[in-house]
Amino acid sequence: MSIETLWFAIIAFMFIGYAVLDGFDFGVGALYLFVARTDEERRLVMKAIGPVWKGNEVWLVSGGGLLFLAFPKAFSAAFSGFYLALTLVLWCLIMRGLAIGLRSHLENVLWRTFWDAIFGVTGVLLAFVFGVALGNLVRGVPLGPDGYFFAAFWTTFLPDASPGILDWFTVLMGMLSVAMLTVHGANYLLMKTSGTVSDRARRFAGIGGWVVLVLGIAATASLPFIQPVLWESYAAHPFGAALPVIAAGLLVTAWFGRRAQRDGLVFVSWSLFMLIGLASLAWGLFPHLLIATGDPSYSLTVFTSAASSYGLQISLVWFSAGMTMVIAYTGWVYARFWGKVEQLALEEYS
Amino acid sequence: MEPVTTNSALFYDRLQFAVTATFHYLFPQLTMGLAALILYLKSRAYWCRDTHHEEAAHFWTKIFALSFAFGVVTGIPLEFQFGMNWAKFSRFAGGVIGQTLAMEGLFAFFLESTFLGILLYGRKMFSPFVLWLTTLMLFVGSWLSGYFIIATNAWMQHPVAYVVDPDGSVHVTSLWGLLTNPWIVWQYAHTMTAAVVTGSFVMAAVGAYYLLSGIHYEAATTFLRTGVVAGAIATSLMLFPTGHHAALQVFEHQPVKGAAFEGHFYTEAGADLVLMGQPNMDTLTIDNPLVLPKMLSFIIHKHFGAEIKGLTDFPRAEWPDTMPLLYYTYHVMVGLGTIFIPVMVTALVWMLRGRLFQARWLLWTLMLMAPFPYIATTAGWLTAELGRQPWLVYGLFRTAEGNSPLVGSGNVLFTLMGYLGLYLLLGLLFLFLFFEIVSRGPAVTGGLRSSSEPTG
Ligand code: HEM
Repeated sequence: MSIETLWFAIIAFMFIGYAVLDGFDFGVGALYLFVARTDEERRLVMKAIGPVWKGNEVWLVSGGGLLFLAFPKAFSAAFSGFYLALTLVLWCLIMRGLAIGLRSHLENVLWRTFWDAIFGVTGVLLAFVFGVALGNLVRGVPLGPDGYFFAAFWTTFLPDASPGILDWFTVLMGMLSVAMLTVHGANYLLMKTSGTVSDRARRFAGIGGWVVLVLGIAATASLPFIQPVLWESYAAHPFGAALPVIAAGLLVTAWFGRRAQRDGLVFVSWSLFMLIGLASLAWGLFPHLLIATGDPSYSLTVFTSAASSYGLQISLVWFSAGMTMVIAYTGWVYARFWGKVEQLALEEYS
Repeated sequence: MEPVTTNSALFYDRLQFAVTATFHYLFPQLTMGLAALILYLKSRAYWCRDTHHEEAAHFWTKIFALSFAFGVVTGIPLEFQFGMNWAKFSRFAGGVIGQTLAMEGLFAFFLESTFLGILLYGRKMFSPFVLWLTTLMLFVGSWLSGYFIIATNAWMQHPVAYVVDPDGSVHVTSLWGLLTNPWIVWQYAHTMTAAVVTGSFVMAAVGAYYLLSGIHYEAATTFLRTGVVAGAIATSLMLFPTGHHAALQVFEHQPVKGAAFEGHFYTEAGADLVLMGQPNMDTLTIDNPLVLPKMLSFIIHKHFGAEIKGLTDFPRAEWPDTMPLLYYTYHVMVGLGTIFIPVMVTALVWMLRGRLFQARWLLWTLMLMAPFPYIATTAGWLTAELGRQPWLVYGLFRTAEGNSPLVGSGNVLFTLMGYLGLYLLLGLLFLFLFFEIVSRGPAVTGGLRSSSEPTG
């Protein structure tokens, strides 16, 4: 395996890790206004994600940094090309961070209602935009010969040669993402809470599962029309086909877990389902980082946009050491905060 | 060079980065400074089993957490903007500064964010030792984060350990060389000491406010003692050795920047040090000058007759393009720094003689000084960054060549206006919450008002 391939895997790992970890925070946000109605319930939900959400967000920041390091060309093309969408992401992340941090700060009802609404709205929006972004990566972007592009929010709403950020396919992906993360958030709440909040979350998880199934089938069915590159990669490396098969298996596991009300099992299998599902997309896209909708030779691959091999090698060393530490203490913190919120002596610090 | 007009994307790109970076840095300077002071308070509390310092540490952790929250949310746009607004620069330099920026995420951000979760939610779940260790980790994390950012900026000021590829981009040739760039030493020392200045002024100001209001006497004296001792040391270090050596390395490696911020237009032996006056860009002189004769030569070369190159000896295209502003930011920083030292040293002397807590005029001064370290720090960063112009990477890559080719001025102006509005709101919000925490006070029922708090 070449070092560029390894870095592709590392960066995919970082962003997928972000999707799975911060994903349940978004899902909790999307459900928040509906499953938690009283102030006490809302404080309970906030406590469920409170100790961990900030660390989850760092996966995005670090993933971005590593992309910058390993594939500067792709980083600069993607970040400037998605200028408008990323600005939306940034503003939502700002407001979401403040909402979680500040809502319990004052006793005032209007204050709390305001931040509660912000937390709910930004959760849905972020889930949607990240889904749309993934859709854009799969569909391709209008890269020019100099390796840059600029995507308008919308053009014709069709995934053609000069597409906008929003077209029917990417919107479908956005909706799928909202549904998937809402279920993920519900699973998390089922594991972390009991009583009315978890009763309501269970209902959302049930309905959400069916929505995911319908949207997921629609999205998967449209993939061959949207991006032939995917099938070429799978044809070239057929053993990768194990990934989607495993993902489907995990979905079935989650379904059985749900019927048996084994909430821990559901959460874990749903998380792995997202992880493997996204990995199978990454497998199909490799070696592309950005696919050009026009001339295929304009596409940016790991081989055409990598930094120097010294840079990639030396950073592999510190990345391995750093990531081992991160996983160790993050794992420790998750373990210490494991279990139902009601049974932990959690304290809000405001 | 593309002319900087108010219609060019480049102009808005620069303004947006300036606005977002300046605003962002208002928060980390307090968190990094407080991290050090809280570690001190917490260590005394833990190792000496002292509940009084525990309460003080608890109170300041609340302010720390508030400032940290604002720092995190305003920091993410900075990393993103490298790619979003400065795509050509990112493509050019990603092979070098990608290293330090990614290391910051992996070694500093994860550490800070994870351990802050423990501190904010786990006070009843973790042992006092783990909570002390958490404070230590927050200090390490925030100071490491500062280190990686300074390493990045130092490379833009003074590029080392790189090679230029045939395609024009640069790549790191030695990670060690990048992390031990000689420029880092004084820049890091100066910047981190400045953070301690901000932290200690704010801590002393809150203490002074409580004393003047006749409330929280015991906590107030602790805040004042800690703030004044740390402040007296830190403000002195700002001038010497850190500020002095920062200036020396500028004059050695970036003589245009030095001449510009000193307001030194003509090469001469025995150059005066301009204390005050307004640069006149038509006559290239200083209006209403107040100078110390031959002092600039003496400070830089330890010799009153030494020659210092003036701005007019350099081609105008090499001059920092915001020369008068650069001159003012530098003079504001140094001017404030020169005021800080006597204020803090007087407070220290009064404290040692046991008279500080009764000296109302001095308490008033300390209270009203709190905003000024923010101004000095902002002015300092403006000096370093405006003085770097017209280069994005000094001597290697011009700012005018670095912005994103396809992100038009209309789009950047749009997002800039958004940031201005959002950050105005955020600034008001922060001040409101800061005063809210201060007025609640360091009472024993600090954290959750409903639950009684474990002390010790
Ligand atoms: C008292 C005399 C001071 C002197 C002689 C001094 C000198 C300098 C110089 C020459 C620079 C520019 C370095 C460069 O361009 O790379 C600088 C930057 C800076 N200064 Fe000061 N300074 C002083 C006081 C202060 C004070 C009181 C603060 C804040 C509390 C401060 C905060 C900063 C910051 C944040 C920077 C930007 C980072 C850096 O380049 O180090 N300075 N200072």
